[in-house]
Amino acid sequence: MRELFTADAGPALINITLLAILFIVALAIARLRSLFAIVMLSGVYSLISATWYIAVDAVDVGYTEAAVGAGMSTAVLLGAMLLTARTAKPDKPFKRIGPFLICGATAVMLIYATVDLPGLGDPSSPANTGPGMTYVHINWYDTAVPNVVTSVLASYRSFDTMGETVVVFVAGLAVAMLLGFGERSLAETLRKTKKRRGKGKEGDVS
Amino acid sequence: MTAAALIAVLIGMVLLLVRVLMGPTLYDRILAVNVIGTKTVLVIGLLGYVMGRPDFLDIAMIYTLINFVTTIAILKFFRYRSFQVPLIRRPDTGAGTGKGGE
Repeated sequence: MRELFTADAGPALINITLLAILFIVALAIARLRSLFAIVMLSGVYSLISATWYIAVDAVDVGYTEAAVGAGMSTAVLLGAMLLTARTAKPDKPFKRIGPFLICGATAVMLIYATVDLPGLGDPSSPANTGPGMTYVHINWYDTAVPNVVTSVLASYRSFDTMGETVVVFVAGLAVAMLLGFGERSLAETLRKTKKRRGKGKEGDVS
Repeated sequence: MTAAALIAVLIGMVLLLVRVLMGPTLYDRILAVNVIGTKTVLVIGLLGYVMGRPDFLDIAMIYTLINFVTTIAILKFFRYRSFQVPLIRRPDTGAGTGKGGE
């Protein structure tokens, strides 16, 4: 299983293809002006990055990315789009040179930091020695759960997971209260006001 | 053979990406995103066989459900401009049921 990523070229090719698609999508998100297209592309980005997580064997992260990124956040972004214009304002190219330099410097530092990382599936890496291997060995006798990640998240660290769930739930509630999602929401109020005032901009979506 | 199918699906994904980027109308983009979701399911299923782990088919089924719900949510949003309108049309013409979208 692990050798596939180093010896065989096929999975590496799949990883490179998926990352290239992600790069194209990110460039398009940065350059496009239609907000609806950007929301759709962010959904595509989440789906493809979830595929890539599964390709590098991080199945649980892939689940989360698909459910939250492709499902929930697309809906939340669409709800937020109700409150704004349909297109972003055009701005001059090369205007934001400062943020570009900061992003470039951060990228260079991150790439430099990856040199020190251990290889994927390296048996002598810190993740595969010490407490991690202890969990792998004692997990079955403690919890009788075949998946080690599940047993660590739901048994050894169950209170931590419960706290995280509460935090995510509260954040979701806050977003739902801000955006409304109902007949009494801010977007619906704006729409009714616009309709009462006369023929508003009703049909222009894209 | 499975690897060839995987490559073909990935190429199809790139072609659909072009449709999302250039799609002249809204519904081209929605349809292309939906089909990209379907391609994602296919890629995960094929990847399971290429990597020798057919268990990935279960994950692919979950992705199918997420993709379906997302597409329904987007289409409902553009029909009614709101998420809380029920999909079943009420007999009385209540607020927001009849003519929300275009």
